[in-house]
Amino acid sequence: MLSINDLHSQIDDKKILNGLSLEVNKGEVHAIMGPNGSGKSTLANVLAGRDGYDVTGGSVTYEGQDLLEMSPEERAWAGIFLAFQYPVEIPGVNNIYLLKAGVNAIRKSRGETELDAVEFLALVREKIKLVKMKEDFMSRGVNEGFSGGEKKRNEIFQMAVLEPKLAILDETDSGLDIDALKIVADGVNHLRNEERSIVLVTHYQRLLNYIVPDFVHVLANGRIIKSGGSELALQLEEQGYEQVMREAEAA
Amino acid sequence: MTQAAIDHYLAEHKRLSNNSAGWIEKQRLSALESLGRQGFPSTRHEAWKYTDVRSLLKQNFISVDTDDSTVGAEQMQTIRFPDLDCYELVFVNGHFNSALSSLPASGEAINVSSISTAGDDVRAKIEQYLNQYASTDKHGFAALNTAFLNDGTFIHAADNAQIDKPLHLVFISNKQNSSFIAHPRNLIILGSNARATVIESYIGLDNAEYCTNTVTEIITSEGAHLEHYKLQQESDLAYHIGYLHAHCHKDSRLDSHSISLGGLLVRNDIDTVLAGRGAHVGLNGLYIAGNNQHIDNHTRVDHNMPNTSSDETYRGVLDGKARAVFNGKVVVHKDAQQIDAQQSNANLLMSDDAEIDTKPELEIYADDVKCTHGATIGQLDENMLFYLRSRAIDETTARSLLTFAFADEVIKRISFAPIRERLEHRVVGRLPDASLISEFLQ
Repeated sequence: MLSINDLHSQIDDKKILNGLSLEVNKGEVHAIMGPNGSGKSTLANVLAGRDGYDVTGGSVTYEGQDLLEMSPEERAWAGIFLAFQYPVEIPGVNNIYLLKAGVNAIRKSRGETELDAVEFLALVREKIKLVKMKEDFMSRGVNEGFSGGEKKRNEIFQMAVLEPKLAILDETDSGLDIDALKIVADGVNHLRNEERSIVLVTHYQRLLNYIVPDFVHVLANGRIIKSGGSELALQLEEQGYEQVMREAEAA
Repeated sequence: MTQAAIDHYLAEHKRLSNNSAGWIEKQRLSALESLGRQGFPSTRHEAWKYTDVRSLLKQNFISVDTDDSTVGAEQMQTIRFPDLDCYELVFVNGHFNSALSSLPASGEAINVSSISTAGDDVRAKIEQYLNQYASTDKHGFAALNTAFLNDGTFIHAADNAQIDKPLHLVFISNKQNSSFIAHPRNLIILGSNARATVIESYIGLDNAEYCTNTVTEIITSEGAHLEHYKLQQESDLAYHIGYLHAHCHKDSRLDSHSISLGGLLVRNDIDTVLAGRGAHVGLNGLYIAGNNQHIDNHTRVDHNMPNTSSDETYRGVLDGKARAVFNGKVVVHKDAQQIDAQQSNANLLMSDDAEIDTKPELEIYADDVKCTHGATIGQLDENMLFYLRSRAIDETTARSLLTFAFADEVIKRISFAPIRERLEHRVVGRLPDASLISEFLQ
């Protein structure tokens, strides 16, 4: 589904990704872990198409297409979703209208009929239960006046409504208390299925107690230095990143 | 330049004086004298530094002196706010058109009339209130308006009276054989605890070339409340000079909403005097300009008395080679303590060639005051743009949506929903790619 090959990327003149390679197949959950500044968020942003990152080498193929050639909205139409580390507040743009426009843009790009207001509302009512949010949140501006936890839940709610094929969750656990973390994790687990791939970018192992990944990768200095199963996250938690990085260097 | 223009208008005044009403002659002649004395403003005047009116003065506009101009039903349809339950006073090329108008029944409590059709009793009132607080010395255009005073609206609500529906004053300009000028004058006088909602719309049709030079005087007596709207949608070739003066007595309230969407060169002045304790003014403004449009908003609030408050929000969206000016002056006079004055001006520049000159000015001569002001100039937020696009919204729609959301911060402050919704539609219609975001409107 997603094939990242020897990816190099920089912001201005600062190299962030130095030959990152990663294969994600349909239905797999991959966790990308690493210390601060290792390039985790850069990877998430490059995959979603944010401006300001120069790709200086390598390739990213998504469902056979050159992902790097696609605009952010084309990626969304093709089924990619990014849950933001810092969801943006957009006063004056209504949550529910944004989502309806998003859902219908995706449907349109696939040649499907657009949902009318009634159908869309039914979809929203079903999905909002996943993240235990009140419906009146939906009539507000996008993330306007939301707490940190509410913003993250809103990201998962949007993911539930947009039903992506590939979801990239950028530090979705950061800033969450344990109750909110459980809600977010339950929401993600509910959305997990054999068709949908998920890439979890996280600093802490904590989230992975609730969302158990198929693969764990350690990112350091812009490259994946070690990969393993979910047990690798526990090893990181015990030994810290430095130990793992030293071992990888020695190898 | 200014002398040639003065001479032109003096001659014009002479030409028209034969069929002038006569009853208000003293004020007119005094204003003409004021015009001769002060001339028209130029960029040498600080208040007109960024707005050069030479192109206007060169035009030698003449007044339309027949009052048989009208507007077809179809065009009226596009001008009226759809299904808004209101009274309407319609003026075409400076002249009241009674066939297109619908007025409330006038009596002791409520008196609404066009100036040209005013009876003797109303004329007496007009003479009483005219320039009671406003002055022809404001600038040459204000003097010109009084010198040519011929038509407009007189609105009077007696103590405790409430005008039951909004009054929509519609000033329409359409194509004439030569380019022309109109000088509408509006007086809005509210007695103690009276209430009214007044909308002034300035609409240009058929890409006509003309100038609207309008003056509105407002007096709110103790405890009165006026909701005032000005919608400026002049034609692409039009000049618009507007001066609004408000005098607010104790515990009265003026909410002013000024929306400027049209015109080639536009200047709006709003002066408000908070003359009694507890008086409040809210100034809300939105300007959207593109191409070579020039829109200048100057506001001034005088806090003459303690415990008065003002709250001002102006926003602008500028595209193409448009230029806008914002100058918001707040003066807190000596011994006017316990003042709360807030002001903000935010601007969105959509192109490299658009320009804004913004200047908040505070003059404070008291020590127990809370005054804040701020001005921002920026572009669409890249983070917001990316967020929307990552949610499958295409870039053009996302830009349009964010631009609307920016402008809507001003519209949202309109508390009366029927007017808010209709103005929202006018604003959206002025934005690029508006059709893409129609479903975002609630």
